[in-house]
Parts: sequence; C-alpha cells; structure tokens
Amino acid sequence: MMETRNAAVAGKTAGGVNTRSSDAVLEAVLYGLAVLMLIVLLYPLYFIVIASFSNPSSVAGGKVWLWPSGFTLDGYKELLKHANIWIGYRNTILYTAAGTAIGLAVNLSAAYALSRRDLPGRKLLSLYFIFTMFFSGGLIPIFLTVRDFHMYDTFLVMVLPFSVSAYNIIVARTFFQTSIPGDLWEAAQIDGCGNLRYFAQVVLPLSKAIVAVLGLWIAVGYWNSYFNALIYLKNPDLYPLQLILRNILITNQMQSGMGSGEAAQIALRLASLMRYSVIIVSTVPIMLLYPFVQKYFNQGVMIGAVKE
Amino acid sequence: MKMASGQAGTTGRTVRQIRRGAGLYVLLLPAFILTLLFAYKPMYGVVIAFKDYSPALGIMDSPWAGFKYFEKFFQSYQFDNTIRNTLVISLYSMATFPIPIALALMVNQMRANRFRRFFQTVTYMPHFISTVVMVGLMLILFSPSTGLLGNLYALFGAEPPDLMGSSGLFTSVYVWSDVWQHAGWDSIIYIAALSAVDPSLYEAATVDGASRWQKVRFIDIPMLLPTAVTLLVLRVGGLLGVGFEKVYLMQNDLNITSSEILSTYVYKIGLLSSQYSFSSAINLFNTVINFALLVIVNQIAKKTSSNSLW
Repeated sequence: MMETRNAAVAGKTAGGVNTRSSDAVLEAVLYGLAVLMLIVLLYPLYFIVIASFSNPSSVAGGKVWLWPSGFTLDGYKELLKHANIWIGYRNTILYTAAGTAIGLAVNLSAAYALSRRDLPGRKLLSLYFIFTMFFSGGLIPIFLTVRDFHMYDTFLVMVLPFSVSAYNIIVARTFFQTSIPGDLWEAAQIDGCGNLRYFAQVVLPLSKAIVAVLGLWIAVGYWNSYFNALIYLKNPDLYPLQLILRNILITNQMQSGMGSGEAAQIALRLASLMRYSVIIVSTVPIMLLYPFVQKYFNQGVMIGAVKE
Repeated sequence: MKMASGQAGTTGRTVRQIRRGAGLYVLLLPAFILTLLFAYKPMYGVVIAFKDYSPALGIMDSPWAGFKYFEKFFQSYQFDNTIRNTLVISLYSMATFPIPIALALMVNQMRANRFRRFFQTVTYMPHFISTVVMVGLMLILFSPSTGLLGNLYALFGAEPPDLMGSSGLFTSVYVWSDVWQHAGWDSIIYIAALSAVDPSLYEAATVDGASRWQKVRFIDIPMLLPTAVTLLVLRVGGLLGVGFEKVYLMQNDLNITSSEILSTYVYKIGLLSSQYSFSSAINLFNTVINFALLVIVNQIAKKTSSNSLW
C-alpha cells in the first residue's frame, strides 16, 4: 500500500550482480520473523472466531486449536435475545455517524482557515488550539462544565463537546498547505468566489484523502470509546455498545444472579459462548471500514503529522 | 466573529485584511467556540483545586482552601503508589518505542509486494479492536482454567500463570498487549517517512558496494531519527499521562497495588466518591508535571539534535 520506490531499487540491485550471502541471511531472517509475527497476531483472532462456533465445554477443555469443535450457532442465537446489545449497537451507530460528521465539519473547516497564510491572527489562533493538547482542565472541571450546560446524560454530550481535536486540525492544516495550490484561490477570487464557497466547492473535492483518513480516525474513535459514556451517561437506553460489552466481557454481569442446578449450568455455558460471538459482532463492522480508506494512507497525509 | 463594518478604503489595512478574511473566520468559529466552552472554560474551573468546592455555592463562591488538597495528596499513602505505578508503566511502554521502527524497517525491506501488503494489513488489524474488547479478549485467552493460555500450558503439563490477576505481572501484560495491538499501526508513520527517502541514496550506496544491511543501517535508520525524536518528545510529555481506559478495565482486587495510577485515582476520588476539589488537585498536579516535562525535554531535543516541537 505504501508506495515504496526504494523497495524497487533495492530489488533490482539484490537480484543483480552482487547478491551477497549477507543479503541472503537478511532475507531469511526478515521473512522468518515476519511469518512468526503473523502467527502471533492472527492466531488469537482466529481462535476467537472458531471458539465462537464451538461447544463451550470443548473450548474450556482445550479441544479447540485449529478447527471449531462441536459446531454450534448458539452463541449467536443467544445474542439475539439480549435487547440491550442491540440498543447499544443502534446508539453506537448513531454516535459514530453524528460524531464523525460533526468532527469532520468542525475540524476540517478550522484547519482550512488556519492553513491560509493570509488569515490575520493565524499564529495566535493556531496556538489557541495547540495549547489544549498539552494543558487541560481535568476530569472534574470538564464534568462540571458539561453539567452546567445541561448536557449530562444526553445524546448531545456523546457527539458535540469533544469533537474538536487539535491534533486532527494540525494534520489537516498541513495537508491543505501542501496539496492545495495557492494559485487556485487567486483564480477563484478573480471569478468572484468567496472563501466559504471556495472551501466547499473547490477545496473539499480536492481533499478526499484527508477526509477519508480523518473520517476513519474519528469513526474508529467513536465506535471504540467507552470513557465519555462512563462519565457522562446514566440512562441505560443511551449506552453505547462498548459500555454494554464492558458489562458482558469484563464485569460479567450476565453471570451474576443466576440460580444453581442444570438450568444455571446451561445459562452459564451460553454466557461464556456469547462472549466470543459478541466480540465478533462488535468488532468486524469497524474493521471493514479500513480497506475502503487504505489507499489514502499515503505519505502525503501521514508525514504532515510529524513535520509540523 | 470579527466582521468589520468599516468602509474599505477609508479604514486601515488591517480592517481590509480582516474583512477579506471574514469567510475564514466563519469557518473557524465552530471549533473556536467549542474549544472555548469545553477546553478553556474548564481550565478556569481548575481553581476548585484551591477551594473547598461545594456544588451549592458554585465555583465562584466556594471558600478558598489554598494548597490544602495538594498537601493532602502528597501526604496520602496513595501518592507514592500512584506516581510509581504511573511512571513504571510509562517508562516500560516508552522502552518499546523502537518496535514500530523495526517493523517499518522490515516492511521497507520486503520486496514481495503481495506479502508486504498482507503483512501490513495484518499488523494494522488489531488497532481496530476496542479497548473493552481487547481487555475482554485478554481475560478470555489468559484464563488459567479455561483459556487458550491455560490449555497451552496444560499440553506440557505445566501450571499456567494468572496473568490478569497478578500484581507483579500487571505492567508487562499491559505493555506487551499494547505492543501487540498498536505496534503495526504506529509503524505507519515511519513507513511513510521511509518511502520519502531519495532513491539516489540507495543507488549511490549500491555503487559503493553496500550490503542491504548497510543500507538499512546507514540510510534508513538515520532517515527515521527526526521522526523518532519528535514522537519520543511527545511521549515524554505524557509520562504521567497513562491512559485511563485500558488500565481501569484491567484493574481488579488482585493487581490493584500495581494498577492504581493517577488517572484511575482521579476518577475514583472525583466521580465515585465526589471529592471534587481533591480530585482536581491531583489532576492539576499531574497536568503541570506533564507540561513541565514536555517543555524540558523539548529544550533538550532542540539543543542536542535540532529536532523540536516548537
């Protein structure tokens, strides 16, 4: 995916006249190590997938290694019975969609304004945002502020107050500075085009890469975070998926309050099986986003982040 | 925001400039206001760290308490504990910073395009797993009785360690699971930096008879240094800023002596036991140290390598 020009160069030379033994050793070590890493990264994920289709007793008993054992869909069927998972799912989709839209709008427009060298007060305004990266009021003062604005336990607190990201603004600003030619604005001005229309109709269409990359970052952030929900939400109907997952996977609330006997045994087994299926169902959708954005992760977008 | 109403021509150059920039200020406005309300207003709210805050009186009217809450924290037994735990986790994590660099160097050497792309995709994938799912995964896989690890040990007839319920192993489990999850993703920036290396450098090295390892050693690694230094400076600035999310999820009664860190303590004091002023004081102490560290390290980086954030 990364266009590595030098890889091609290296390829030509190593395949050419002076192939050395040290290069061959390097090659062997490189691919050996890489394959080992692939196994370490992939196997646990693969295991979760096969375990989610397996009989929980076989999983616990160590009979599942490469293939599902005692194939079953009970874990997935069990998921359907838990309404709160689907409410959480719906909430997360809403938070992610709204949060990403707001985040993109707010950060990209600010970044564009700050990228223009003719903006009076540009330096000071940049500092205004950057300072927030290094200094913050802290948990309680922010919490009190949110409460003062009557945003505690609302939909809004999940998508609006923390949508500005100085880091994202810097990355986008660098992108605009380096990839939107200044002459374009001169030309547009002569045609009587104002700043707002220029931004919406000329700059944005030329900036698909940064929209895609920031959009992915923001969306993944919203999909995966539980902190804001933990702090600012009380009403379970507003809970995002991650907070519900926390109850299922970590605090094990599903297992408490069950009686004893055979029925409880079965319920316990289903609960343990469901932990696998819920991981799959909650993680696969956000992983699927990546391939769509992959082609935009080129050097232009990424390098600006560090250079500035 | 600053729509100038004065007539162009009669007024000065600045006003004309600001008028022309009016559209730009409109673009800036939403981010400006949100930052003002949710970043700068709470910074003012930090004064409650120096007050006996009572919700009934509000921030303004609560009585001053001076450094009472700071002293309370410095004297509490949690002071040593939380600071030490936070520092240990932070420094341990920082020690793993060469791993993404090594990964980037590896990827850059892979000449089989298909394999390289597959390798990259696989190393990025875990980054998309949420913290909750990640810790859930660890609990499942590391369970000594029913987990993958337990079963693996059972194959060899050995007794598995309780990774999630051990105070001594907490930091290692935290750091290495982070490496597993994020090293690939963190390498992107280095891969990008490598792809910007001028190919003529490699050609010249080839002419001079350099081996591939020598090219890595004398071209690639020096090329990555500026990026590495910048990222490292930022890391040092966050030395006492170990994230709340994962540590809080990994905490349990068995590992709490190693897993209570500043941010989890701030949360518990502040929101679980509603000691707003005390919590804010701890938080402020944390922020000030971080900020000071960042400034100091940045100065050092500036002096020694001409790399700096500002």
